[in-house]
Amino acid sequence: MNLLDVSGLTTAFMTGRGEVNAIEDVSFSLKEGEILGIVGESGSGKSVTALTIMDLLPKPPARVAAGEVTFNGERLTGLSDRQMQQVRGPGISMIFQEPMTSLNPVFSIGDQIMETIAAHERLSQADLRRRAITMLDKVGIPSASRRLDDYPHQMSGGQRQRVMIAMALACNPKLLIADEPTTALDVTIQAQILDLLMDLRDEFGMGVIIITHNMGVIAETADRVLVMYAGRVIEEAPVATIFDRPMHPYTRGLLECVPSLTEDKPRLVAIPGTLPEPARRPPGCRFGPRCAHALPSCAAAIPPLETLEPAHAAACFRAKELAPA
Amino acid sequence: MTTPLIEATALSKHFEVGGGGLFGLRKPATLKAVDEVSFTIKAGETLGLVGESGCGKSTLGRLLLRLIEPTSGRVAFDGNEITGIGRMEMRGFRRSMQIIFQDPYGALNPRMSVEDIIAEPLLIHGARMNAETRGKVAQMLEKVGLPARALDRFPHEFSGGQRQRIGIARALVLHPRLIVCDEAVSALDVSVQAQIVNLLQDLQREMGLTYLFIAHDLSVVRHISDRVAVMYLGKMVEVADKATIYAAPLHPYTQALIAAVPAQHPAQRSRGKRQRIVGDIPSALNPPSGCRFHTRCPHVMPVCRETAPPLRTTAPGHQVACHLIDP
Ligand SMILES: Nc1ncnc2c1ncn2[C@@H]1O[C@H](COP(=O)(O)OP(=O)(O)O)[C@@H](O)[C@H]1O
Ligand SMILES: Nc1ncnc2c1ncn2[C@@H]1O[C@H](COP(=O)(O)OP(=O)(O)O)[C@@H](O)[C@H]1O
Ligand code: SF4
Ligand SMILES: [Mg+2]
Ligand SMILES: [Mg+2]
Repeated sequence: MNLLDVSGLTTAFMTGRGEVNAIEDVSFSLKEGEILGIVGESGSGKSVTALTIMDLLPKPPARVAAGEVTFNGERLTGLSDRQMQQVRGPGISMIFQEPMTSLNPVFSIGDQIMETIAAHERLSQADLRRRAITMLDKVGIPSASRRLDDYPHQMSGGQRQRVMIAMALACNPKLLIADEPTTALDVTIQAQILDLLMDLRDEFGMGVIIITHNMGVIAETADRVLVMYAGRVIEEAPVATIFDRPMHPYTRGLLECVPSLTEDKPRLVAIPGTLPEPARRPPGCRFGPRCAHALPSCAAAIPPLETLEPAHAAACFRAKELAPA
Repeated sequence: MTTPLIEATALSKHFEVGGGGLFGLRKPATLKAVDEVSFTIKAGETLGLVGESGCGKSTLGRLLLRLIEPTSGRVAFDGNEITGIGRMEMRGFRRSMQIIFQDPYGALNPRMSVEDIIAEPLLIHGARMNAETRGKVAQMLEKVGLPARALDRFPHEFSGGQRQRIGIARALVLHPRLIVCDEAVSALDVSVQAQIVNLLQDLQREMGLTYLFIAHDLSVVRHISDRVAVMYLGKMVEVADKATIYAAPLHPYTQALIAAVPAQHPAQRSRGKRQRIVGDIPSALNPPSGCRFHTRCPHVMPVCRETAPPLRTTAPGHQVACHLIDP
């Protein structure tokens, strides 16, 4: 059984220009202990996917227009707010790019971790404190018992992200969703936090979804990868396959346009144009207007995500034909 | 030897901070944002400037253009000392030196049309809004790859990448010689970042520009730079040509920075293989004694805690500030 099954998920927002689908027909699954990377440029629908799974979007303006989420055998779509609260924490928990927005500035970090645990487990004050210290210790906060009484503003960005991870893992979730967890951090701190997430996955065995716009973060962490573009999944494959044999022209473009740390490139291969907003998406293949291989027929229909080889799917009419022999 | 286009000598910027802080408890103190930094950039060259946030990159960029006054030290532009010269005299240099920021949106006046935004530097330097000025603006717009119909539009009508093109047109309309690019591509998505990097390189070739390219992305810096300078807590710790600094970095901090860049392929995953530097960047208000990197350095020796290593030349064009390195 899969830990998570997402099928046909479509989330719409009511906007000034009418209702638009932020994400459309998003389907994927995740096994226990697996790390799934979701990659795509800003506005591609990564966060909306995560927030729909967590049921954290304000409704309205958001609405789950189609599809469903099944977690650990239980259908989450349609659960009441109270039932969903019981899933968040011990079931699924989430960390965000900017820990400061999710930490409360007027409570000590110890109080916040203890409160998170207390919401799901009956423990004595002393036991709560012990658990909080253990968690801070696990995420690599030095002299945890002393730092318990610190406030968020007394910590660095990297330490705050560690605290967020401690809070997210305090109830031993089966699934952790990390939305751009290192985007706001410097590169030496990013390396530490990615190492930490991998270590914790090995120790606790939870499934992890890492959301990022950075192919390097994907290369470092993911077992399997989902590439999103303009609200849709356009490619899915094991991580090595994504890097060695990308099938979708957008995935290939994403890999080619980043400069190398070791090789000289006379010129970067840029993808022309920009990602369209939901209200201005082109007909047919969303990537069409930016794609070097687009044919007139690409604008006629949305290419379905098609399995082209075992565990490898792409949503491009020409994927097979363009694949290197 | 030809005169460098820009030369900084023992440049420092100290900020007096504190007296405030939470509950007014913080003591007034001196923050050495840039501390005795010396370097040169040749005409037509790109010097990359890297280092983690707060190390002083933006402050150094602003000092070069005299957008802020140094606490001590000097800047010479094309052999002319510009530190301490009067406003009128500085005006002549000002048009030769421009800056492009990370957030084009914050830097562009939302109520001005694109034409007015790009024309403004010309008007500040005495031009009238006439056919000649309009012609220069239109030409610049084309150079940065925007359509002529963009002229009477407003910044909010454009995507991030297009706004950065507007910012570039504005910076280049006076035909400056030195451009400080302060995280100019850092906020852009990779596909658009590649477009803007290509544009900056094309314009450099066409207009003979000299860049100080500030960024925290080491791959982008490697791509665009001829030489790279590394800063840590206000100090310059290493400078070398890009081939040397990426292939054979000498300073333990440069080594750590490069080792921390995520792999470009899953087969090269770094976890457990590359040495990590531990701990956080210390506060700039209370930097470590001696070598400022000694609290995180895997090779720290007793001398490192006592004495700050000077920036010394180890090979032609290669300078390092580390006690491990004997010149
Ligand atoms: N509250 C909202 N109201 C309207 N549109 C939204 C809202 N939140 C997100 N969107 C739209 O949904 C799309 C996907 O956004 P998001 O999931 O945040 O992208 P990503 O995380 O990949 O950068 C974007 O086009 C965005 O404009
Ligand atoms: N106007 C200012 N007043 C006080 N401190 C400042 C000011 N500007 C910058 N600083 C401090 O100087 C240091 C260097 O900042 P900055 O040059 O912006 O670094 P970077 O661009 O490398 O991130 C930081 O510690 C920053 O907080
Ligand atoms: S001087 Fe010492 S502490 Fe500083 S970087 Fe070199 S070896 Fe490390
Ligand atoms: Mg997001
Ligand atoms: Mg800066």
